[in-house]
Amino acid sequence: MQNNVLLEVNNLKTYFEMKKWGFVSIGHVRAVDNVSFNLKQGEALSVVGESGCGKTTLARTILGLYRPTSGDIVYDGKSINEFSKGEIKAYRAQLGYVQQDPYGALPPFMDVRRILAEPLIINGVKSRQEQEKLIERALTDLKMTPVEDFLPKFPHMLSGGQQQRIVIARAKILGPKLIVSDEPVSMLDASVRIEILQLMRQLQEEYDLAVIYITHDLSTVRYFSERILVMYGGKIVEQGPVQEFLDNPSHPYTQALLEATSDPDPKNAETFKKVPGGEPPSLLNPPPGCRFHPRCSYMIEGLCNREEPPDFIIKENHSAACWLYR
Amino acid sequence: MKRIANTIRDIKEYPSALIGLSIIMILIAVSIFAVIYMPYHRAIALWKGADNIWMDNPRNASPAWVNLLPGINIPETIVVDSAGQPGIKTITPIAAETKTVDFRLGFDYTYGEFPKEINIFFTAQYEEIPPHLDLIWHTPDGRSISLDSQTPKHSSTYRVSQSSRLQRRTGGLTPHIGLLAKPGSKPEVPLQGKYELEIQGLTFEEAADFEVKLVVYGHVHGLAGTDHLRRDLLVALLWGTPIALAFSLVAAVGTTIFGLIFAAIGVWYGGWLDGLVQRLTELTMILPALPIYIMVGLFVSRSIWVILLTVILLSLFSGSKIYRAMFLQIKEAHYIEAARAYGAGDFRIILRYLIPRIIPTLIPGFVTAIPIFVFLEASLALLGVGDPVLPTWGKVLSEAQANGALHMGHYYWVLQPAVLLLITGLAFAAFGFALDRIFNPRLRGL
Ligand SMILES: Nc1ncnc2c1ncn2[C@@H]1O[C@H](COP(=O)(O)OP(=O)(O)O)[C@@H](O)[C@H]1O
Ligand SMILES: [Mg+2]
Repeated sequence: MQNNVLLEVNNLKTYFEMKKWGFVSIGHVRAVDNVSFNLKQGEALSVVGESGCGKTTLARTILGLYRPTSGDIVYDGKSINEFSKGEIKAYRAQLGYVQQDPYGALPPFMDVRRILAEPLIINGVKSRQEQEKLIERALTDLKMTPVEDFLPKFPHMLSGGQQQRIVIARAKILGPKLIVSDEPVSMLDASVRIEILQLMRQLQEEYDLAVIYITHDLSTVRYFSERILVMYGGKIVEQGPVQEFLDNPSHPYTQALLEATSDPDPKNAETFKKVPGGEPPSLLNPPPGCRFHPRCSYMIEGLCNREEPPDFIIKENHSAACWLYR
Repeated sequence: MKRIANTIRDIKEYPSALIGLSIIMILIAVSIFAVIYMPYHRAIALWKGADNIWMDNPRNASPAWVNLLPGINIPETIVVDSAGQPGIKTITPIAAETKTVDFRLGFDYTYGEFPKEINIFFTAQYEEIPPHLDLIWHTPDGRSISLDSQTPKHSSTYRVSQSSRLQRRTGGLTPHIGLLAKPGSKPEVPLQGKYELEIQGLTFEEAADFEVKLVVYGHVHGLAGTDHLRRDLLVALLWGTPIALAFSLVAAVGTTIFGLIFAAIGVWYGGWLDGLVQRLTELTMILPALPIYIMVGLFVSRSIWVILLTVILLSLFSGSKIYRAMFLQIKEAHYIEAARAYGAGDFRIILRYLIPRIIPTLIPGFVTAIPIFVFLEASLALLGVGDPVLPTWGKVLSEAQANGALHMGHYYWVLQPAVLLLITGLAFAAFGFALDRIFNPRLRGL
């Protein structure tokens, strides 16, 4: 099973229509624009990019919360475009979702027991005993013991790290094969970030989970994943195995990112945002050609600002969308 | 559970809330007592007052507890009945089938005021010829006054106070004054002591018999007094409590819940459904509620339940503007997105994720809304569209008003229901405002 493809994303586009005065269309925000990648069973994949580049939109589209504008997502051999409304619901329940803000992700009026029971009840785990068993296992997996201490707690009684562990417990309680976690630690204290990431890594290995780990913080990627995917302006600009990627960053944007985060201290993670000079591209009116060209020091006049670069293979499994490698 | 415990702890810090809550508890206890002590059908029958069941009560009597005040000794009603006293009758046969039946009904009169009225009630058993009775009134100072002779039917009443023939014999004084007045007093004062009504009866059949009941009506009666139909107001004041609570509670729940659900549905589905809910909300906002209640009362039914239904129907969409604003915010919450991600359906999200989030904010408003409906019932009764059979506080008020209670000095008739209405309103208001102070600071960051 190890090398089976679990998730296949083909030419995925998710656009948001922008309207003026509520009805006049003024164009589309191309939040995810022609993204393709594969994810194998049990594989951890990091998606990196600055804020606003479409990471969350990509996550939500994969989770079936947004319908793609075009393109296709194939999960376990089935295309989600062909799903009916009911099947979409069932599909969503097969994936786990870990959100950025743990407090916001937990209903404040439910206690931990109820929060963890909800996905079970919704997905047909009717027996009380069965529910208790699964809840206990999920909490134990996240080192929230003794379990009884946490069950009656409401979210506001828990620390940020504990809240996020509940969110993770909820994401995996139905036994998904894939968990999408969208900047799971960016809102937590630096002190608990590594701990949470290590826990997730442990779970991923123990249960052979596929994980899409979205972050804008390159420094945490090394703790986590085998493969990395860099997004810029709604597109994937580079993808490859982590080690290869760190040794041989190819896209000028990636190089700039890595320079900024050569220091593994997570506190410096915030600094990288500023490093490549200039503004992130508008997704409503993206620049022609390569979207990075207005900020790129290697820009080739007449090519980069005219034609969109295809993916060029750098090495096996490592590609970059940059004309430098034509 | 913890939350409830915390709320209770917080309430303790507001004395007004404690007082309000205690009054609400008392009202609830009274309601339970009323329903058990006087079952619904009995209360309705008593209030309807058929079959002269109230005949032994004085009309428009004040509550009897005024006699507990020092120096006050207002006459209470005296009832002497031959039916309860076997062996007082002296029966002497004088001819075939004809007998004399003699006895005396006595009572002590100790009040400084005259009674309100005197009636004598007869029940007689006979086949064809009714008995003939001579009635003689004996005063404590040894005078005897003959009252009008009676030939009672199976059941009949001698209204002593209204007998003009008797009035001539009592020196022109209204009989219930003349019979008890101290001779020569001016203005008249009652002569205190033992009075006796002597009955000299003649029966003309073997099995014939009769009973006599003398009622000397006082000026006070029971805990709550009586109305113009001699009905004990306690019936209405007691039963008004569960009715007021049930009516206002159902109305408050109904008006809140539906507005909440419709607002949540509109916000969640959006689009034309949201538009529809909003237009209907605006429509109900401009509908004049009170005239509609009155029209329903006049043309459909005055039943309190029909009015209740109208109240709820009219407010199906009320409040959904405020709820809508809250829901629009909550709809974007990440926990809703998470719920969608683990497969929650639309209805589960509306009922389990949207609505529970704002219920705590609604509780104070809900509690403060209760008196509005208590007063609404009373207002409708005052406007003449009160429930025709139910004894309610509003009905008491409207009858008091219709019978000029305040002009005639029957303050108790108006004050008692009015005070109950006010106390109920204040209790819920005090409790609701305290809840508002407790719930809302925490939820400001909604
Ligand atoms: N529901 C939406 N409607 C319109 N625009 C959106 C919506 N969600 C995201 N966007 C836009 O899409 C772009 C990508 O956003 P997002 O996916 O949240 O990026 P990231 O998670 O990488 O910060 C942003 O420009 C954002 O404004
Ligand atoms: Mg994001």
